[in-house]
Amino acid sequence: MPTAGVEFAKVSYTPAGGPSILREISLSLAAGTTTALLGRSGSGKTTLLRTVNGLVRPTSGEVTVNGQSVTSLSSSEELVVLRRGIGYVIQETGLFPHMTIERNAGFGLELADRPKAEIAARAREVLQQSGLDYDALRERFPWQLSGGQRQRVGLARALALAPPVLLMDEPFGALDPLTRSEMQAMFKSMQQQLHKTVLLVTHDLGEALFLADRVVIIDSGEVVADLHSAEVFESENLHVKDYVSAVRHLFAK
Amino acid sequence: MNFIQQYGWEIGHLTFEHLWLTVSAMLFAVLIGLPLGILLTRKHRWARPILGVANIIQTVPSLALFGLLLPVPLLGDNAARLAIVALTGYALLPILRNTYVGINSVDPELESVADAMGMTSWQRLRKVELPLAASVILAGIRTATVICVGVATIAAAIGAGGLGELIFRGVASVDNGLVLAGAIPAALLALIADSALGWVEKRLAVRRA
Repeated sequence: MPTAGVEFAKVSYTPAGGPSILREISLSLAAGTTTALLGRSGSGKTTLLRTVNGLVRPTSGEVTVNGQSVTSLSSSEELVVLRRGIGYVIQETGLFPHMTIERNAGFGLELADRPKAEIAARAREVLQQSGLDYDALRERFPWQLSGGQRQRVGLARALALAPPVLLMDEPFGALDPLTRSEMQAMFKSMQQQLHKTVLLVTHDLGEALFLADRVVIIDSGEVVADLHSAEVFESENLHVKDYVSAVRHLFAK
Repeated sequence: MNFIQQYGWEIGHLTFEHLWLTVSAMLFAVLIGLPLGILLTRKHRWARPILGVANIIQTVPSLALFGLLLPVPLLGDNAARLAIVALTGYALLPILRNTYVGINSVDPELESVADAMGMTSWQRLRKVELPLAASVILAGIRTATVICVGVATIAAAIGAGGLGELIFRGVASVDNGLVLAGAIPAALLALIADSALGWVEKRLAVRRA
């Protein structure tokens, strides 16, 4: 039994006065593996992802990251420490528009009060690792970059503090198909070296199969399928079959 | 030429007084309005009543506000002090409102990224919210300054000095030259403050696309 990077135990979430969004979700993500979370818009996949770094507090149940409970953290200082060990990448990149690319990339280290020289060296390292020309781009601002470049900066920033866990919320969703496939290939080879525990929210089955070891489908706040990527095409699970046939019909003549 | 010889020194002196009233009032207004506006973004429930009070102060006619403050102890016996308090009241609303709105309109996605990166709320304020809201906050300070320069002319009515003194004297003695001697420098002060702060505001604006 491999150690769990992230564990959800009967996690439920119902916002005050609203319908319940997550219903008793239990999942264990092995350390160093990539899990894709698939589901329709509004199925609760982003909410589940956000319980890991405490942006959403479950109504009941427990979330643990590398053995440490997120849900029972009482002080905001503890939450700050936990969050610095979790990288977070979102679709619209969330780069800070008033900071240069270099400062954006090294910002996690700046927050942790690391020395300037270390911040600069690390920013260079992660930007290059993400396939960017550091010297050409470091002084630029986010609006001066293409969508693909911005997404690379977003990834670089998430990797800067070398977090063991990476949360990715439709990271490549806003990119054109060619840029997206470049980014997917880059991320896959990066992950083969870094072995982060990755939770990837996507609605693209192809992306899930290409990047993830395991595919979990969520519907109306419940896990309806949970299987190895390799088993997807043979699965008899109706939810999985829906996804597979949605992809296949594109190629049917 | 004769006119300038006769009133030049007085105009200079009164302009300085006018500036003194405006700058001190603005200083207090920023010292109160900025932290209070930030506080309101953390305690949304207080926003309506406090902005409401600032709004009401703003709607009181300036001559009436000066008059109303006259019997207040510690204020009534010093006209300049009273004028600064009243001007601070007028300057408060634009600063308060723009600070509140400026910080509230920071993209919620960026706020959640800030949290997710493990920022303390102080770091989030200093490194993300204030820089992104800076130009909106400065626009409020700019509006407040222009209001202050204008309202400060009324302060002469209670003997607080400033360029209003020339205007009031001119009106009383039906001397248009004297009215203009007060009005033109006051208008120039407002224009200069407006364009200087407008320039800073532009410099602080963050380009997003």
